[in-house]
Amino acid sequence: MDPLMPPPIRRIVVDRDPNVAPPTASNGGGAATALAGPRKRRPASTPALVQERMRLESVWLAYGSNWVVRDVSMTVRQGEVLALIGASGSGKTTLLRSLNRLTEVTEGAARSGRITLDDADIHEVEVNELRRRVTMVFQQPNPFPMTIFDNVAYALAERNGRRRRRRTPGIEAAVEDALRRAGLYEEVAGDLDRSALALSGGQQQRLCIARALAAKPEVLLLDEPCSALDPISTATIEELIVQLRETIAIVIVTHNLQQAFRVADEVAFMHLGELVEYGSSEQVFDHPRQQRTRDYISGDFG
Amino acid sequence: MASVATSPQPVPPQALPAPRERVSSWPLIDRICYWLCWVTGIGLCVIAVGIVLYMFVKGIGYLRPELFVKSPSASLRQTQSGGFLDPIIGTLIVTAIGTAVAAPTGIALGVWLSEYRRPRWLARVVGSSIEILAGVPSIVLALFGLLIVSQGFLSFLSQGSPQGSLGESFLDAGLFMALLAMPLIVAATYEALEQVPNRVREASCALGKTRITTIRRVLLPSIRPSMAGGVVLGMGRIIGDTAIVTVLLGLTLKNESVGSTPIIGTLRGTGSTLTSYVYYNSPAGEGNSHEKAYAAAFVLLMIVLLLNAIVTRITRGSEPGARSWWSRFSIQVRSIAGPSS
Repeated sequence: MDPLMPPPIRRIVVDRDPNVAPPTASNGGGAATALAGPRKRRPASTPALVQERMRLESVWLAYGSNWVVRDVSMTVRQGEVLALIGASGSGKTTLLRSLNRLTEVTEGAARSGRITLDDADIHEVEVNELRRRVTMVFQQPNPFPMTIFDNVAYALAERNGRRRRRRTPGIEAAVEDALRRAGLYEEVAGDLDRSALALSGGQQQRLCIARALAAKPEVLLLDEPCSALDPISTATIEELIVQLRETIAIVIVTHNLQQAFRVADEVAFMHLGELVEYGSSEQVFDHPRQQRTRDYISGDFG
Repeated sequence: MASVATSPQPVPPQALPAPRERVSSWPLIDRICYWLCWVTGIGLCVIAVGIVLYMFVKGIGYLRPELFVKSPSASLRQTQSGGFLDPIIGTLIVTAIGTAVAAPTGIALGVWLSEYRRPRWLARVVGSSIEILAGVPSIVLALFGLLIVSQGFLSFLSQGSPQGSLGESFLDAGLFMALLAMPLIVAATYEALEQVPNRVREASCALGKTRITTIRRVLLPSIRPSMAGGVVLGMGRIIGDTAIVTVLLGLTLKNESVGSTPIIGTLRGTGSTLTSYVYYNSPAGEGNSHEKAYAAAFVLLMIVLLLNAIVTRITRGSEPGARSWWSRFSIQVRSIAGPSS
């Protein structure tokens, strides 16, 4: 085995009932079953349509006089998952937040270069419309202090500015659809009027994804969505990401190399604000061109 | 979690006894402070209970049902001088006007201070102004108010007089009562909004919602208990105030209306409230019918205590698990304020 190979990927089987422990594999993997088969969780068929949605052209980002992203160019395509990996402080999150101009909420943030969404500069798109089309899920689950239903209904674009507590069949259907797509509907269907804060962490995060999906986005930004979650919730969300990429372009920031390996089609490795390596998942993980990438992936980074 | 096999539960270990500690092992200064805390704490309780009991004993004996339905009248004989219907109505009117003005403006100001505060210098000035306003004694506020509302162009608020405006009416008093209550409401709103973590605002922002939508539909609903607490505190301040009533309400025995329009006339007219009624009927005042003063003071105390109880209920909420209309909101606020577990 190549010493530079990533550690073997263990996959936790998630089926209809995640509480039932899977049958233990013959090699004694405990609750987790090591799959000897394909290393990737990718479905057999790659999406038919891979379409470019966003493009970054030599983007520089700074907070005050402090450059955090230096000269990054890349493409975000629908039908593919783009993973940003790298050590803490390498500018991944900042880069992600710049995609829907959320960096500008922070004072003193500055940007140069060009970011386009469907060939339109994101500075020419109205900012609230941009953020509806490019929604974001954060590291920490942050549901609003409302009921589960209201959390999702709030995000529905067509309800912008309308009075709340008006439930039409259309809204109910849209909420249910979003919850289903996030894989949460079965668990909460009984009581959508419960407070969202009573859900478990993994459910809260899937609610946040449902909320982001309810806005009918074209690009979904995920900022370490699983870092606060247990392996089972993580597996559910990864499954979801792989399914969603058919219809939505997905960018995910992750510290977890195995997660990037499992879900990503394209991987970008960043270090101290620079884009060190950018390419398909196979290429970056199996045949990294740069020594720094090789070190980071094999774990002797320093 | 349905399929978890139930094994026989082990016997829970016995709780350890609380560690023994003797106060005599403390340094002397700590012991003195410790006993001082006890003495002052119990002393305060004794005083509070004393006031309530005293007013209860004194007041309940003089409290008659007809006091609530009769208007006061000028008479030296106690049987003829009527009840305190008008002061009760007066208190209600002044509180209603004051709250109606102070609550929306105070909440709006609190939101602006917490969420917008641009330009910065203006936010600083506004913040200090509110602090000053909160510290101004109400009699000073009342005198300043009289200066303003006696201007001729404000005579629509009260009765006109040859010099311009009389400057004494329910509207005048209510408006300046609002100034008294507003700092409390602003502070309550502002403090509560500061407690809401930024990730809630970010989450809404990342969904393409405008800032005003976020405030209206996420932030304000989540701080409802704090706002309600601030409003009720402000109401208590208005009900308990005497100085503004004395200067800006005219202190007539009955609520005298101006003109013939029913409601507007009363609002432009003069009157009295429970506080001023107590003062004037007490041995210190002119009425010299202390029985009625005690009875009215008792009613006043009960109203204020009731408001206090409401504040406590709203701000503290109920224990988790209890089902009531406010528990939903209070649990939510606690969960936003602390880290979600």
